[in-house]
Amino acid sequence: MTVVERRRNWSPVTERRDRAAVIAPDRSPELIVIGCSLGGMNALQVILSNLTHDFCVPIAVAQHRHKKSNEGLPAYFRRQTDLRVVDAEDKQWIQPGHVYLAPADYHLLIERNGLRGELSLSVDEAVRYSRPSIDVLFESAADAYQERVVAVVLTGANDDGSRGAARIKARGGIVIAQEPETAEAPAMPRATIEAVQVDRILRLEDIAPFLTEVCHPTVSRS
Amino acid sequence: MASRSVAQVEEQEKSDLEGIEVHLLTEGIYQHYGFDFRDYSMPSLRRRLWKRVYAEGLTTISALQDKVLHDSSSMERLLLDLSINVTAMFRDPTFYLAFRQKIVPLLRTYPFVRIWHAGCSTGEEVYSMAILLQEEGLYDRCRIYATDINEAVLQRAKDGIFPLNTMQENTANYIAAGGNGTFSGYYTARYDYAMFRPSLRENVVFAQHNLVTDASFNHFNVIFCRNVLIYFNNRLQDRVQELFLNSMEMFGILGLGKKETIRYTNVFSNYEEIDAEERLYRRIR
Repeated sequence: MTVVERRRNWSPVTERRDRAAVIAPDRSPELIVIGCSLGGMNALQVILSNLTHDFCVPIAVAQHRHKKSNEGLPAYFRRQTDLRVVDAEDKQWIQPGHVYLAPADYHLLIERNGLRGELSLSVDEAVRYSRPSIDVLFESAADAYQERVVAVVLTGANDDGSRGAARIKARGGIVIAQEPETAEAPAMPRATIEAVQVDRILRLEDIAPFLTEVCHPTVSRS
Repeated sequence: MASRSVAQVEEQEKSDLEGIEVHLLTEGIYQHYGFDFRDYSMPSLRRRLWKRVYAEGLTTISALQDKVLHDSSSMERLLLDLSINVTAMFRDPTFYLAFRQKIVPLLRTYPFVRIWHAGCSTGEEVYSMAILLQEEGLYDRCRIYATDINEAVLQRAKDGIFPLNTMQENTANYIAAGGNGTFSGYYTARYDYAMFRPSLRENVVFAQHNLVTDASFNHFNVIFCRNVLIYFNNRLQDRVQELFLNSMEMFGILGLGKKETIRYTNVFSNYEEIDAEERLYRRIR
């Protein structure tokens, strides 16, 4: 075996994760990315209102929203949750306890600057008719945070997010999909479930508890 | 504890390798062509590079490096990918409304106004500002310097010909931006295109300027740079903001894109906010 091959075979265990298997990431998640479209307001509200104020893993959200939708959206969510919900600004540091919404008519991307995570925006053309695009957010998050990302695909009437979910899985991150039957528009979570082997398919109300468990294992076990 | 699979380790190496490839490509372009993309924001740069990789029928960023270094027409195409910013006339109408209401009264007190529109791309927002200034009766004492890194893009801006199918959105933006005329009066429809009135560019100087490598070329009362800096990393944003500061008259106005801010740059203390929401700042030191 050559040096190069040894290096390549460094991690010997190839384990096919069963959907029911316990998810215990070797390093705890540092970022959650959420994608939603039609019906996303309600779904997001359910998740955010069920995360407690000490939930510290930052969350970045790409929700398909109208170009002209204004600052009302973060304010609306702020009333539903103890977390700090803001419209993302370019080159803003990613901080614990914050929820960053992709601004209307911009793509939201994730960047690494040394140890620090940063938000980055773009006005590149819409990807599959969407700006913000969920795929763009997910793919950049996978590149920047590798396996330390949890991606959540919620309700929506298209297939945005499925390519990004594939990148997250390829880098070793966790992907969960909303159970299509509990989604106002089932097409989007269904597309992701068909495209990748998701780690969990969860009812909407079970998503926040799952995120808490996987991000704060010590808290939920005590 | 779940271990990472071989496939995942390979994926991670691929990702690290991609970082090396991007680094080598941008370094090569800089040394050979002089265009400096080394401090562009990584995630957007990657997406744009991959788009060009596929368009050229290639499979890796290294292959793209080989191609652009040996084939300058391929470099031209990449340059277009990296410099066109999709925009619209009166993009973010509330920005133009705020400019009309809060900045125009200040500019009325000046005998002559120099405006720099940095990174003007295909020029939609240059024509928007020209229309606004004409309607406010200020245009005759203004000179707009519209610059972009890319000659081909600048030529389009000079032509002032935009797709007719964007005019519906542009008209809506114009009205929301406080336009007090008839938008269709500013252009002539011809086939699928709208040709804007030459009088709108009478006081506009279009010139190539590279924000990354070129120096200051004048002093200005107003500098616009909207949705350009988002493609730069922190370090480069700092440098370009210093360039703007050195090109800005005292009490000059800086206008950024709706989600851009100077808060994370070194020049923050040199400005005061005139309209925080619309990203309009005034130099105070």
